[in-house]
Amino acid sequence: MLTFILRRILTAIPTLLLISLVIFFLVDLAPGSPASEIPLTVPAEVRAKILESMGVNDPVYVRYGLWLKQFVWVEPLNLFDHFFGTTFAEGQQRIISYQTRSPVFDMIVQRIPQTMTVIGTAYLIGIMIALPIGIYSAYRQYSWFDQAGTFFAMVGFSVPTFFTGVLLIVIFSVKLGWFPSIYDTTLKVEDWESFLKQARQMALPVTVLALFNAASISRYMRSSVLDNLGQDYVRTARAKGMSERTVLLGHVLRNSLIPVVTVIALGIPSIFGGAIITEQVFKVNGLGAALIGAIHANDLPMVQTLTFIFATLIVTFNLIADILYGILDPRIRYV
Amino acid sequence: MSDPLAAPTIEKPRNQWRDVWDQFTTHKGALVGMTVLGVLLAFVLLGPFLWHEETLTTTEKIMLKNKPPSARFPMGTDQLGRDFLKRMMQGGQVSIAVGLVAMMISIFLGTTVGVLAGFFRRLDGPLMRLTDLFLSLPLLPLLLVMVMLFRDALAGVLGPEFGTFMLIVTAIGITSWMQSARVVRGEVLALKEREFVLAARSIGTPPRRVILRHVLPNVISPVMVAATLNIAEAIITESALSFLGLGFPPDFPTWGRLLYDGVSYMQQYPERVMLPGLAISLTVLSVNYIGDGLRDALDPRIRGR
Repeated sequence: MLTFILRRILTAIPTLLLISLVIFFLVDLAPGSPASEIPLTVPAEVRAKILESMGVNDPVYVRYGLWLKQFVWVEPLNLFDHFFGTTFAEGQQRIISYQTRSPVFDMIVQRIPQTMTVIGTAYLIGIMIALPIGIYSAYRQYSWFDQAGTFFAMVGFSVPTFFTGVLLIVIFSVKLGWFPSIYDTTLKVEDWESFLKQARQMALPVTVLALFNAASISRYMRSSVLDNLGQDYVRTARAKGMSERTVLLGHVLRNSLIPVVTVIALGIPSIFGGAIITEQVFKVNGLGAALIGAIHANDLPMVQTLTFIFATLIVTFNLIADILYGILDPRIRYV
Repeated sequence: MSDPLAAPTIEKPRNQWRDVWDQFTTHKGALVGMTVLGVLLAFVLLGPFLWHEETLTTTEKIMLKNKPPSARFPMGTDQLGRDFLKRMMQGGQVSIAVGLVAMMISIFLGTTVGVLAGFFRRLDGPLMRLTDLFLSLPLLPLLLVMVMLFRDALAGVLGPEFGTFMLIVTAIGITSWMQSARVVRGEVLALKEREFVLAARSIGTPPRRVILRHVLPNVISPVMVAATLNIAEAIITESALSFLGLGFPPDFPTWGRLLYDGVSYMQQYPERVMLPGLAISLTVLSVNYIGDGLRDALDPRIRGR
């Protein structure tokens, strides 16, 4: 198992390097020049100096090497300094955003909490809805509940989140006025009242994302439970006179969760991608909004870094899913 | 009375596709999906012939902006006084065309990669690593980046409308072929060991002809299912791009673009958000149901029952 984990981690590194190459060079082709952000009143020689200080005149492989070094070495050092108060990274150049001329990672650190609260809650709620639905649909296969669950799942992944989001806004904020349609990022949760406010502004985006996630997870859960219900051990358990409750929740559930857990792990990074749209609908000032803003402003370092972070998440969670599978299912032994 | 001398009726040998169709019609969801999709297609394709937009002068358009639905404008007019019904028809044409063309590109790439990887052992490793690499790319951000990068360049060469169209279908196509490649590879790996392929090989058929005549016709079922699902996915992706403001130019409507434009007027005119949104959702939902039905109908293990 340990050798397997080590080998998987070692193969992940060249994959990530290749992805970083693809992302860096693709984004680097962008036609917009960083000079377009500098006001025209700035004299030409000053403009040239600004561009030089931004490092855009270097050949592309130099910039790639520098960016990669900053991403994997300088920025983690900065993070370490931030937590432990050390000064390892002092004086080292960080990835600088064209838009704000401040380190890209400072902006990302500011944006992460918004994305995490909304997406994290949505994913948890989605799982909590999906698992019972999946179990009960499988237990009563072809019942009206199962049919309704199938329909719900089909609608869940057919209706795009930007439509469900807008639909909920029209119904609940415009017509009924129950929830705000715009997420207020500056709200601080201090007391009961501000907590309620936070819960109300999170309600709509979380509902949209939770329904979307619940749709596919409930399908996986259903088919996994169905697979297990036909197994011999279920018949044995029933023959021994165990209650249906024990059979279903004690025996079947534990076994059918194995594939579902890996599916859940695999779904986490794609949520970040999907959240780009939801963040845009509800004006949540998170990572997705930062990416869209950076794309419109031609802020190449920001786009490269964010996209690469998304890619790192995907590769990491693929790794986690593989390892989880091996840990959870003793029948699977990697050599 | 029937003629006693008539030859006993021999049941005609049944065509495989007849069987598939019979199985398909037992899937209720697929039939409903087919009907809904048919209605939507008729609306989009035949609608423009039946509904003639009045030619209005600019002054008239300004007078007629933001009108509620009426006999003259069944879906009202938009903020520039354009007939919303007409825009919905045009938007649907583009959305569905994007879905179809992107599906073709993605299926072509996926089948090619899948067949090559499955058939030639030497290519299997590299091609599957490539597929894995594509699967670990963050697709939506990359699509956004690609559209941002090449939109203006292509628009300059091919014209703003056709250029954006080509860019969007290509971008969607090359970011969605991985699933079908994996499915096809699996099928080909199994088919390659079957006797008829061995027979074809043993009489000296060159690999190219083995692939085209013996392997490809047998992978058609999974490819068809993947194709339907790809259409749905492509329509959603295009609408998402339009919704993020990185799709087609404003005067070139698609359902996603109309939805995006409608969001600014959502409070006063919610129907401008609802109609395109419903159209997208219904199309995708019915295509997904058709795909579900096709999967059952094309599966020989289910078909007999």
